Amino acid sequence: MSLLDRHIGFVHALREAGLPVSLAEGLDAARALQVIDLSERDSLRAAYASTLVKRPSHRPGFDVLFDLWFPASTSGLYDPRQEGGSHAPDLDLEAAPLPELRDRLARLLLGAEGMNEFARAMVERFGRQPAGPGRQNWFSYSVMRALSPETLMARLLAEVLAGQERGGLAEKVARQRINENTRRFEEAVSTDVRRRIAEDSGIERIARSAVRPPLEQLDFLRITKADLARLRREVHPLARRLAARLTVKHRLGHRGRLDFRRTVRASLSSGGVPLNTFNKPRRPHKPELVVLCDTSDSVASFAHFTLLLTYALREQFTKVRAFGFVDTVDEITRFFVPGADVVEAMTRLTQEADMVRFGRTNYGHALEEFAERYGDAIGPKTSLLILGDARSNYQPPALETLRRLSAGARHAYWLNPEPTAQWDTGDSLATAYGGIVPMHECRNVAQLAAFIEELA
Amino acid sequence: MWFASPADVRERLSAVDYLSDASIATSVFLAGALGKPLLAEGPAGVGKTQLAKAVAAATGAQLVRLQCYEGLDEARALYEWNYKKQLLRIQAGSDRDWDATHDDIFTEEFLLERPLLRAIRSEVPTVLLIDEIDKADVEVEGLLLEILSDYQVTIPELGTISAVRKPYVVLTSNATRELSEALKRRCLYLHLEYPTPERERDIVLAQVPTIEAGLAEQLARTVATMRTLELKKAPSIAETIDWANTLLALGRTELDEATIGATLGVVLKHASDQTRARKELAL
Ligand SMILES: Nc1ncnc2c1ncn2[C@@H]1O[C@H](COP(=O)(O)OP(=O)(O)OP(=O)(O)O)[C@@H](O)[C@H]1O
Ligand SMILES: [Mg+2]
Repeated sequence: MSLLDRHIGFVHALREAGLPVSLAEGLDAARALQVIDLSERDSLRAAYASTLVKRPSHRPGFDVLFDLWFPASTSGLYDPRQEGGSHAPDLDLEAAPLPELRDRLARLLLGAEGMNEFARAMVERFGRQPAGPGRQNWFSYSVMRALSPETLMARLLAEVLAGQERGGLAEKVARQRINENTRRFEEAVSTDVRRRIAEDSGIERIARSAVRPPLEQLDFLRITKADLARLRREVHPLARRLAARLTVKHRLGHRGRLDFRRTVRASLSSGGVPLNTFNKPRRPHKPELVVLCDTSDSVASFAHFTLLLTYALREQFTKVRAFGFVDTVDEITRFFVPGADVVEAMTRLTQEADMVRFGRTNYGHALEEFAERYGDAIGPKTSLLILGDARSNYQPPALETLRRLSAGARHAYWLNPEPTAQWDTGDSLATAYGGIVPMHECRNVAQLAAFIEELA
Repeated sequence: MWFASPADVRERLSAVDYLSDASIATSVFLAGALGKPLLAEGPAGVGKTQLAKAVAAATGAQLVRLQCYEGLDEARALYEWNYKKQLLRIQAGSDRDWDATHDDIFTEEFLLERPLLRAIRSEVPTVLLIDEIDKADVEVEGLLLEILSDYQVTIPELGTISAVRKPYVVLTSNATRELSEALKRRCLYLHLEYPTPERERDIVLAQVPTIEAGLAEQLARTVATMRTLELKKAPSIAETIDWANTLLALGRTELDEATIGATLGVVLKHASDQTRARKELAL
């Protein structure tokens, strides 16, 4: 494949994977290729990344595709003895017995050089499985099972800590380093497996299945624990933006209204000529926020995310009160005191808050309870944010109550983590509630961000 | 020509004590070679601002800095007429006719040059640092887009001023808000993250030359471990360096639990983060 074809194919694959690469950016990348040394793979990767990838959440997908379109090696062309040779001259990776390979892996997990070459050789040895006559499949798990890096931990710790006290900081630090290197090894193996599959059956096929959607496009309802941990970092900027949008600014020019009195007073010292003008400081009006959040299992991961958001919002608003409900409602603000630890707050909240009566979501009852017990939380300065899927197990909806609550607030919004196509199916009351409080589909961070941008 | 190659960037930046890696070196090189602004984004204290300073120092260029903040406007970013001085001139020449006075007071003498205009008019090689662009209002991005696309400014009373030589532009952002797609498209993007322990050790050694290599290594590894905890504010490179200086001042040569416990406030600024670290790291 010529460089140009490769370039075009790669840019196309990035677009397919959801990266918004514009025509101009594609040309920037092409210009970059003309001024860097193409044989330096790190530079090549960096040149593409800096011209085409403008969001950190797009980087993992970019790396997977880069490794497919610009592989570090090509099967047949590469000689493991030659490449690996500089690091461990005595070890024949094709023939060495397993214990020796594990010794080698142990060195690598402690930071020795040559991880990628080793990973490639191990895929060659353990990753192949026959799949019918003349065909083969490649797998990461068979490599990991053969070498089993996780079973090296005990031995490595014993070696690194060498008599130091266990359970303390030194162990934490050592574990962290070994885990990080194990992750790198797994990644190197997966990368090489994908490369070989691509060689056998074409890049495009594997590219499509190998790239996970970027973080901001992950569906809240299908999010894993690991995703949530990554999402946590997205939450603070979102909270700040949400707060900024809900904050009513007196936008009379950037410096605020002319302070007439001060200006005239100051002009007295210059014979009545107003040499210095004074402006009143802009005084942003900080709103109060009430968050009402469905915490039932059907929306558990969404609830988790929105609680994180609520937590972050506490820093942005003068007053935030949060309420959680399943079929009855409890105030959960107390778990989010400033400076509290997020992780702990989340655990305590699920254990201690009283949000469940019979255990099945009941919006109607929760709304009525809320109006009765906490109705005074809502006033003319409050923004009311309701988060939930509006699925109420065919219980009475209490629409009047919601109408009263929303009428008493300055703004009210409802964010629903279900796709619009599923609204009103089964026990969903989306349209009924959405007729009272404007309801927005909010399935992922991108939609949440878009919702925030539109608030004005 | 700003740099000859990524390798040249690495070498010259490290000569001014800024340690780069392949992605930093390549983006810095490309920004110069393609004449495009470089947008460096990442958490606080990972060396975004320092990068621009280091580029200026390494190339012997003048550094012009525009610090962004909420409410920053054209008058502070680009130029402003010196209203005070103009009024005095009008008063002093109150017997002259208005046209002459008008021509007189809208001249160079009454122009207050702000960073963007200064960088554009600069006759010597210039690095323009637009720092913390995410703190400015969205309208400022519009202004920057205009200026960064053709490097010229039109002042109605004076005419159009074009750059004599294009400045090397670095924008930094902490990503407290999403920058506009249009601005990002125009820039090369560099995501700066916390460095690997090896690079951080080298940064400490470069910034705190009297420290022992072993201690620098321990510091870097401990900080890396802290960053994996769920913290409000993870320690940055700046904090690692502060920590190194503190240990030197206290005459410590080992980073044991007691020492960490006693100096934790230097790396972790929130009480809740300190509590968490004490618990998780068994201090
Ligand atoms: N690559 C590096 N080489 C040497 N020193 C570095 C490097 N990166 C960061 N530093 C050190 O870290 C300090 C903090 O960096 P800097 O102020 O540039 O961070 P920043 O990313 O601009 O943070 P903020 O978002 O808070 O402005 C610098 O003063 C410098 O001493
Ligand atoms: Mg800075």
